[in-house]
Amino acid sequence: MTCTEFLAQLGDFLDNQVTTGLVADLQDHLAGCEHCVITMQTTRKTIEIYRNHEVYELPAGLRERLQAAILAKCKKGC
Amino acid sequence: MLVNRARQGDVQAFEQLVKQYDRQVFRIAQHITQNREDAEDVVQDAFLKAYEKLEQFQGNSKFYTWLVRIAVNESLMRLRKRRTGRMVSIDEDVETEEGSMPRDLAEWRPDPEMMYGQSELAEILRKTIQGLPPGFRVVFVLRDVEGLSTEETAETLGLSVPAVKSRLLRARLQLRERLSRYFRKNEDGTK
Repeated sequence: MTCTEFLAQLGDFLDNQVTTGLVADLQDHLAGCEHCVITMQTTRKTIEIYRNHEVYELPAGLRERLQAAILAKCKKGC
Repeated sequence: MLVNRARQGDVQAFEQLVKQYDRQVFRIAQHITQNREDAEDVVQDAFLKAYEKLEQFQGNSKFYTWLVRIAVNESLMRLRKRRTGRMVSIDEDVETEEGSMPRDLAEWRPDPEMMYGQSELAEILRKTIQGLPPGFRVVFVLRDVEGLSTEETAETLGLSVPAVKSRLLRARLQLRERLSRYFRKNEDGTK
């Protein structure tokens, strides 16, 4: 397996969506390719960081304004 | 179930749904519109629309994915309004080949996010994701940040499953490449 072929499967591999046979081929490639190991580890870490850190906080007061807008709408007819 | 109670006219149940999902809807709107005022308007419009159309919600998809679809559409409409005369589509700039092959192959430090304070890290993450083409950014946000499945992401954006997978991989690789500047191990031991 070449690095390009490995890379084409990387998304499914990270999402655990590859077949058992293919997993073995991907792992064989990783055993001999430090670059692909680093690419895989740092890509996985990228996803983890974005998942675990709040990039945009909910603005102060937005929830209250939202509740008020819904109640106002409700009064008109719900 | 909250959604059923809300459908029967229980406004408090709907308010609970708002509390449960307002953060996610705001994040999605902010990532698409890149404008805080627009994102706030989108959150309000999306929830009001969801409230109005609650009876049309079939219940065969998850309420959250239904709400996300409304929020994505509202966000794109908001973008169109702001950029009058210019077509706005989530397909913009997706033809670029940039970032499809890894270039920075340095290892990262263990727990690289610990090198930065919370607000500094948030700024790095914002700046980095803002640099992605919109069509990659929205796929990454829905799939990896908000946890929609590949199929749900495809349905929400009107894309095929292979298109979502391809954009997602390229988004992940481009973000990785850009974050590497901040998180890589340096030989001299500096940040």
